[in-house]
Amino acid sequence: MKEILSGSLLLMGSVFILLSAVGILRMPDLYTRMSATTKASTLGIGLVLLGTILFWQDFGIASRAIAIIVFLFLTAPVAAHVIGRAAYLGKVPLWEKTNIDEFKKREHPSDSSSSMPE
Amino acid sequence: MNFMEWAVQASVIVIGLSILIIFLRLIVGPSIEDRIVALDLLSANAIAFIAVYSIQKNTTTFLDAGIILALLAFLSTVAFAFYLGRREKQ
Repeated sequence: MKEILSGSLLLMGSVFILLSAVGILRMPDLYTRMSATTKASTLGIGLVLLGTILFWQDFGIASRAIAIIVFLFLTAPVAAHVIGRAAYLGKVPLWEKTNIDEFKKREHPSDSSSSMPE
Repeated sequence: MNFMEWAVQASVIVIGLSILIIFLRLIVGPSIEDRIVALDLLSANAIAFIAVYSIQKNTTTFLDAGIILALLAFLSTVAFAFYLGRREKQ
């Protein structure tokens, strides 16, 4: 029973990691790529580490794995935000079908050329 | 071969395949930010690989390396972003 639960957690986690890898290869621009990778890979690593905890059932292993999970859940959004802001200010192009650009609307409120229709 | 061994083998194969796919983006990536995101994702995949490897080889020593790797990935991403912001100001 324990092995079946742990093994299926490992499989689900690695499938989410594969989804994030496919997302970083197939998505059209940097921002959608980051949106695919941060969420899917964080969930995948969390599931894999939960499977590791269930397999070992040892306090030392569980504390290390929970430390990694908490650290990843805290830092992945911060890192994505920092990189996304640097990329936007560095004028990395958006996808041509992007129709909501709230950052541009906040920086230049009078410029309504590419903001979304009210 | 029971279910656990099969699951561990399949996870190793799937995570290795995704590391290869991320390497493709690391080579292709048009901007430097794409490469930074790919490096961040690579170190995250390395953490998952370490966890699966600890089950496969029956050793728990490398989970400490996972903590260090998570820390280094975050710090290097923030440092690269800081450097990119400095470059834009000049």
